[in-house]
Amino acid sequence: MSTALLIMIGLALFLGLVLGYAAIKFKVTESPLVQKIDAILPQTQCGQCGFPGCKPYATAIAAGEADINQCPPGGEEGIRKLAELLGVDPKPLNAEHGAPKPKSVAVIDENLCIGCTLCIQACPVDAILGTAKHMHTVIAKECTGCELCIPPCPVDCISMQVVQEDLATWKSKYPLYAIRSA
Amino acid sequence: MENYLLILVGTVFVNNVVLVRILGLCPFMGVSKRLEASIGMALATAFVLTLGSGASFLVDKYLLGPDLIFLRTLSFIVVIAAIVQFTEMYLHKQQPLLYQVLGIYLPLITTNCAVLGIPLIIVQERHNLLEALLIGFGGAVGFSLVLIIFAGLRERLESAEVPAIFRGSAIAMITAGLMSIAFMGFAGLAK
Repeated sequence: MSTALLIMIGLALFLGLVLGYAAIKFKVTESPLVQKIDAILPQTQCGQCGFPGCKPYATAIAAGEADINQCPPGGEEGIRKLAELLGVDPKPLNAEHGAPKPKSVAVIDENLCIGCTLCIQACPVDAILGTAKHMHTVIAKECTGCELCIPPCPVDCISMQVVQEDLATWKSKYPLYAIRSA
Repeated sequence: MENYLLILVGTVFVNNVVLVRILGLCPFMGVSKRLEASIGMALATAFVLTLGSGASFLVDKYLLGPDLIFLRTLSFIVVIAAIVQFTEMYLHKQQPLLYQVLGIYLPLITTNCAVLGIPLIIVQERHNLLEALLIGFGGAVGFSLVLIIFAGLRERLESAEVPAIFRGSAIAMITAGLMSIAFMGFAGLAK
């Protein structure tokens, strides 16, 4: 009886020690900063910043490898929030990565679409519906407006259309102040 | 050498964990809806099952001995849970990509009865360490094989015209039954 108890206690102690040691040795220092930055980014996963998605860009910002002004979909508002979070001065959007545009969605001209599926493969959020040799269409609600589907289209049947403001899409706007270098 | 090959064939096909021994059915039914997820689960289970078989064997042989057989189940659970935890920590630090692929399935393995069942079978059949590792690995390969095949079948079933009454889990159960019958065909190939 006592041997059994001793063995189980010994086993538990040993495994506890190993796990405790492992917890210190393999501690993952995932900075909460990355998550905060990622929360500000617009999650379009468009890659216009030069990184494969919003999370990698957030990681790069946190590591100091990327500047905060490389996200066109986030616009001035996004830069201001990032600057506030990181305690740096806001700066105008880097023109290399594109200009901020009004929120728009991709629209496929269904008369021209040949059903090649190339835009489906390009879409990072699976917002394009369709199958080979059949017409495709964009699910407007899912489209983030990243424009990645436009270059692969062989018949140029995809265009960006600005989302008109109506009762369903209207959002109250934050007060915006133009950024000036001090 | 031939002996080891027979053990491998025996555990992968003839005494397949899922379809013949009917162990580890929860992940078999639960994680087989999508092929990708099932591959992640198969990888994670394969790793833990092999390691768990070896470790449990050592615990049984050198710690428990013939006097404390009644502690087998208890101590094996503790050892396997610790291995899963350790694996998770190690992967999170050293192989973040693999960690992301395995995701939630890694900690879920602790509750997989095949992972406990195979070490118990090993100690009951009195094998040596190499055989124990081989049986663990073979069991893992068998589990992975069946899980991935089944996930592929279920993906096809999604688009099949199944009568309304049989849709969902019902047809999955029937499919599993048919697969089990198919695997019974291996009986007699090896012990």
